[in-house]
Amino acid sequence: MPDLGQLFDYQFMVNALEAGGVVAVMAAVVGWFMVVRRQTFAGHTLSVIAFPGAAGAALAGIPVAWGYYAACALGALVLSPAVRGGRSHSSESAVIGTVQAVGLACGFLFVALNHTVLNGLDGILFGTFLGIDAGQVTTLAAVAAATVGLIALAARPLLFASLDAEVAAATGVPVRALGLAFLLVLGLAVAATAQITGSLLVFTLLVTPAATAQVLTARPAAGLAIAVGIALAVTWTGLAIAYYSPYPVGFWITSLSFALYVLARVGRALAARRLRRVALA
Amino acid sequence: MLGHEFMRLALLAGTPVALACGLLGYFVVLRSQVFAGDALSHVAFTGALAAAAAGVDVRIGLFIATLAVAAAIGGLGGRAGADDVVVGTVFAWILGLGALFLSIVTANRSGSNGVAGVRVLFGSIFGLSAEQAWLAAVIAAVVAMALIAIARPLLLASLDAAVAEARGIPVAALGIGFMCLVGITSAEATQAVGALLLIGLFAAPAGAAHRLALNPYQGLALSGALAVGALWLGLVIAYLVPTLPPSSAIVGVAGAVYLAASLGGRLRAATTAG
Repeated sequence: MPDLGQLFDYQFMVNALEAGGVVAVMAAVVGWFMVVRRQTFAGHTLSVIAFPGAAGAALAGIPVAWGYYAACALGALVLSPAVRGGRSHSSESAVIGTVQAVGLACGFLFVALNHTVLNGLDGILFGTFLGIDAGQVTTLAAVAAATVGLIALAARPLLFASLDAEVAAATGVPVRALGLAFLLVLGLAVAATAQITGSLLVFTLLVTPAATAQVLTARPAAGLAIAVGIALAVTWTGLAIAYYSPYPVGFWITSLSFALYVLARVGRALAARRLRRVALA
Repeated sequence: MLGHEFMRLALLAGTPVALACGLLGYFVVLRSQVFAGDALSHVAFTGALAAAAAGVDVRIGLFIATLAVAAAIGGLGGRAGADDVVVGTVFAWILGLGALFLSIVTANRSGSNGVAGVRVLFGSIFGLSAEQAWLAAVIAAVVAMALIAIARPLLLASLDAAVAEARGIPVAALGIGFMCLVGITSAEATQAVGALLLIGLFAAPAGAAHRLALNPYQGLALSGALAVGALWLGLVIAYLVPTLPPSSAIVGVAGAVYLAASLGGRLRAATTAG
């Protein structure tokens, strides 16, 4: 058993654990609404669009962080007319797929034009959890406070609009404006998270804890709490394991959260079977 | 331009691959399975890197990984097809596995940091060998013919599963078979346009065809034709502008076609309404 106290000896590990905690809370809260709204494909596309943003900013010589935020905001604006939430329509998925492909094509073009990005490409795609400085942690905390605060302000109408858009619209809830605002908040959260987890793995923290929570409970408050708890647990455990192992953080975080999801599904299936047996007896 | 061997091979491999993507894409869009198709193309990335990490032929990893996940996606969802949340959760884990294999591959080959991953992710259609190109062409042609053979029942099953089942069409088996065709195409096309850009050939030509065509068979043909056209035009542009990567050019053209089609569709709707 390795000495766990060693984890906190290095400043880069402390920063990674702090940033991981902030990112986990933000991603779990935003992700829970994303899953309720059935917008996982849009969420994945936004996270992938962060990559051309970063590559483009590196090419233009402006701070890479700006590229992440600009690309994700632009992506949210482009997607919002197509993504209506609820059951996915065929034209909707075609639009999202096309936007994602064109975004990636631009990203690859930027990489091809600027070969210095190529060496950092793994970092952009799969994250550099261990190279975070204290300033980045502060920025992240500010972004997380803003996104979670905005979601909390609009939680009730947003939930209503997500569960039944037609009834919500009929009672005067501004469904369309809320949809656009949610995508923008999702884009903000994704842009902040992608800088740490990389644009491919940000998706894990958005979707898996939330999906697990929804398997376990349909109640919003409990579901949000479970999602946040799972996201924090897998992020910190993943960071700790990765510290002692040669394999990347992203692999550990995705595997741990996927294992919890499978456990939740199996547990619920077993519970349902027992209930049925009790009902029959 | 055709005097160059690499250009002829790119056309030889690319044309059937684009045709297969366009035809399959029509059904992928019709069945709202673009996200599943996207997931499969990322599975191809993980499979290829797993094979590279294990030191076996990349194509073995590609085909095993995509076929296994395709069957799972097709089979798990039941009649309604796999839920987007389930697809997303599995997908996220597969990306994590990809990160693992990428780290193993790059650790083994010091100096080529990231290049192996870039090749799989973004493809290099101008770098195919003659043997690779012929294999891609044959596989894609077989997939396209298989799809045309099941097009009629698949269309009915996609549009109205209940009626199709009542007529004795094996809806669930068709769904799994269709996803397997998508998986095979993902594995093969990954080598041409790359795992990340494949989604462009599935979604954009088919999306445009859905906007433009009036009946399904027209749409199917149009989708295949648009995909092939996007590939040809993209290859020519990439040949004329050497800094432009061919996969970016192909997907750029496909995206432009989709944009034009949706604007055109809106214009037509406006003129008929007015």
